[in-house]
Amino acid sequence: MKILLPFVAVIALVFLAYAGVGVAKLHFLFGVVLPYAAIAVFIFGFIYRMFIWGKSPVPFSIPTTAGQQKSFPWIKQNKLDNPSSTLGVIGRMALEVLLFRSLFRNTKTELRDGPVLSYGSEKFLWAAGLAFHWSFLIIFVRHFRFFMQDVPVVLQMIEGADSFFQVGAPLLYLTDVVLVAAVTFLVFRRLAMPLIKYISLPADYFPLFLILGIAITGILMRYVTKVHIVGVKELVMGLVSFSPVIPDGIGVIFYIHLFLVSTLLLYFPMSKLMHFGGVFLSPTRNMPANSREVRHVNPWNYPVHVHTYEEYENDFRDKMKKAGLPVEKE
Amino acid sequence: MAKGPTPAELANIDYTPPQTEWMDTPTVIKTGTFCWGAKAKNLNIVEFPNARDWNPSEEDWKLPENWQEIFLKGMKDLLGKYRSFKVFMDICVRCGACADKCHFFIGSGDPKNMPVLRAELLRSVYRNDFTMAGKILGKLAGGRKLTLPVLKEIWYYLYQCTECRRCSLFCPYGIDTAEITMMGRELMNLLGLNTDWISGPVANCYMKGNHLGLEPHAIMNSIEGMIDDIETITGIRINPSFNRKGAEILFVTPSGDLFADPGTYTAMGYMMLFHELGLDYTWSTYASEGGNFGFFTSNEMAKRLNSKIYAEAKRLGVKYIIGGECGHMWRVLTQYMDTWNGPADFLEVPVSPITGTRFENAKSTKMIHVTEFTADLIKNNKLKLDPSRNNGLNVTYHDSCNTARGMGLLDEPRYIIKNVCNTFHEMPENTIREQTFCCGSGTGLNASENMELRMRGGLPRANAVKFVKEQYGVNTLANICAIDRATLSASMEYWVPGTRVTGVHELVANALIMKGEKERETDLRGDPLPGKEGN
Ligand code: SF4
Ligand code: SF4
Repeated sequence: MKILLPFVAVIALVFLAYAGVGVAKLHFLFGVVLPYAAIAVFIFGFIYRMFIWGKSPVPFSIPTTAGQQKSFPWIKQNKLDNPSSTLGVIGRMALEVLLFRSLFRNTKTELRDGPVLSYGSEKFLWAAGLAFHWSFLIIFVRHFRFFMQDVPVVLQMIEGADSFFQVGAPLLYLTDVVLVAAVTFLVFRRLAMPLIKYISLPADYFPLFLILGIAITGILMRYVTKVHIVGVKELVMGLVSFSPVIPDGIGVIFYIHLFLVSTLLLYFPMSKLMHFGGVFLSPTRNMPANSREVRHVNPWNYPVHVHTYEEYENDFRDKMKKAGLPVEKE
Repeated sequence: MAKGPTPAELANIDYTPPQTEWMDTPTVIKTGTFCWGAKAKNLNIVEFPNARDWNPSEEDWKLPENWQEIFLKGMKDLLGKYRSFKVFMDICVRCGACADKCHFFIGSGDPKNMPVLRAELLRSVYRNDFTMAGKILGKLAGGRKLTLPVLKEIWYYLYQCTECRRCSLFCPYGIDTAEITMMGRELMNLLGLNTDWISGPVANCYMKGNHLGLEPHAIMNSIEGMIDDIETITGIRINPSFNRKGAEILFVTPSGDLFADPGTYTAMGYMMLFHELGLDYTWSTYASEGGNFGFFTSNEMAKRLNSKIYAEAKRLGVKYIIGGECGHMWRVLTQYMDTWNGPADFLEVPVSPITGTRFENAKSTKMIHVTEFTADLIKNNKLKLDPSRNNGLNVTYHDSCNTARGMGLLDEPRYIIKNVCNTFHEMPENTIREQTFCCGSGTGLNASENMELRMRGGLPRANAVKFVKEQYGVNTLANICAIDRATLSASMEYWVPGTRVTGVHELVANALIMKGEKERETDLRGDPLPGKEGN
């Protein structure tokens, strides 16, 4: 159920777009209104979520220290995994966000008779995660050729590198292959590993299927059922310049692709995909581990009821005197 | 473990999840895996709400009428106060990287002990009541209503987490299930759902200054006994002071060290070292607890207990504070104390009177770890040591979760051990330093009624010890935590019998050559030193 439902949902989305454009001819709705709405929801939703998170304070300094602390000059501090300076924190965050440092640590626990426990290195999740996110980013950047009148040199370089192997016509982009492979692996992983399957929710499958749908429609458009590419650029440029047009003869598949992208944008701010923003706000990663050196202030710190020394001495004065302990009051 | 499964039975662990979805798999509260409920009298001492005697294994938990309202209101409050809680509730992608990192999951195979699922137990309630998707789609969005069985389930698994943070190390977003457990336990405390093993020590510590409830004269008696032992072993009579105004340093250690073996040997170690240095220090009977079981109940309670340390330092007019060997105590001292009860502007930046080293890394809290203090002494050649006295001991070192992942105190204790012992072997790399495994009984889970749980949670650590025992003949497990000294003793006896559990300063004191000492025949435990067995 939790797998089938999101799968059916994505298929339904595809049919919805097909029916909407191919049958009901709602080009303007799917080509202009929905994309605008999706982008608006994405931008405001994203900012809103970040704002809501930011509104809750960080009362304590709780970095997870993942290496040697700063103590003596003769003991080497692990400045990236246990950073005590802002620079160190920037380094730690960069490693985390760009290279998935923590995931790189991943191990797989195995229990054999004896009992003997072992923790072998397990890099598949890290590799697939990295491959997925990076290829997604590059593909996203590549799409800027549709948003700009003249394609900048950087973009051409990226495209050049991405089609390095020079196979197929049009040239095959590596990232297309990597993205589909990585997402497929991530789906497969959820299905094949009993414990991961056990923890997965529909909300874990849905974005994977959705992104797979986006990738497949994109690939079909580029390599198989060609769309009217000049028309696509015209439409996109129209959206960017706020003077939307619906050129004729683009092909339904493009609208399906665009609709799935719009859905992703709409869905993003209200889903776990917000981990993209959240990781920057994670206090166990983005704080310097220097709380013994610099006092961290809690904005809601309030006075509490304590048991004072005076009360303690009142409770035990006789016993203290008998034991020869100094007292404040005789 | 008197009754309950044998090690062989316990090691038969099945990691396959049940056929039914976790939300549809009811939780049974099993004997041997939970602690008794808090007693009303202890909760009343610290003015906690809904105090009553209750028993987790009974059907009726005697909850207040409006418990759901209290819980959800409390949750809303915490979400507004802690960004960590809010972000961690929202951004988990259920990648499962944390799943097999928890010692309780490894030792039990219970999927609800996977950190991600432990968090999901509470997160599902969050989704149902605090997110739009959950309010509209309910179960489809992973939400579930806070019913009585759900509450019981959350409670049960919150007290199968030792807040060790090992999961947070592996999470790509740094989601710290320990933080979620802390929030969850805070909510449970609104309903009086604490455990006896935590609330008893809290009440004791509040009224009497330490978890064990030792009154002033009892503390002195206990130390007196150690002084006699030290005299027997070394021929030197040391004379520590208590509640002394004008001392340069206040020394605070967990009260466990004053009370039971093998912690007492560590306490003897501190005293012998300080005596040898002629350190101008004092103990306090008021602030006679470094540990903080309040930390396992609520933020406020932790602060109330912790306040005594600075208050006493101020009253006595000391310059700075040295803290003994303890795990969670140091998480509190490192990441919380200054924020709660600082700034400690009445103290001075710690400077070792022996070496002149200024502890810049503690210039705000003004409290240093005793292994920092001692490592600096050894580095500066201020101690006369005879490591061969520890020759019978083939040593490995267990990093406490909190000093490792809440501080990063990794190399200082190792440096000391290598200087006071001749044989040292590390356990496998995925089980030490920042990846260290919990003893299995932290956060107030070191009771006796939940022994099965403790032994399960203790398996990964014990198994790594067993490995170095078989590989290198290791027979001694050193650590810097009072709870470890008690709990590892139990788990070693169960999993790796014949392993000695020792504090680092016990090893130091064994090796320490003191001025005017007689020829030592035994170590601090009264066991003959190597080469003296025949005497
Ligand atoms: S590692 Fe982090 S994101 Fe992944 S399942 Fe665990 S808590 Fe969630
Ligand atoms: S903090 Fe430790 S005990 Fe708790 S869930 Fe994480 S790994 Fe398990």
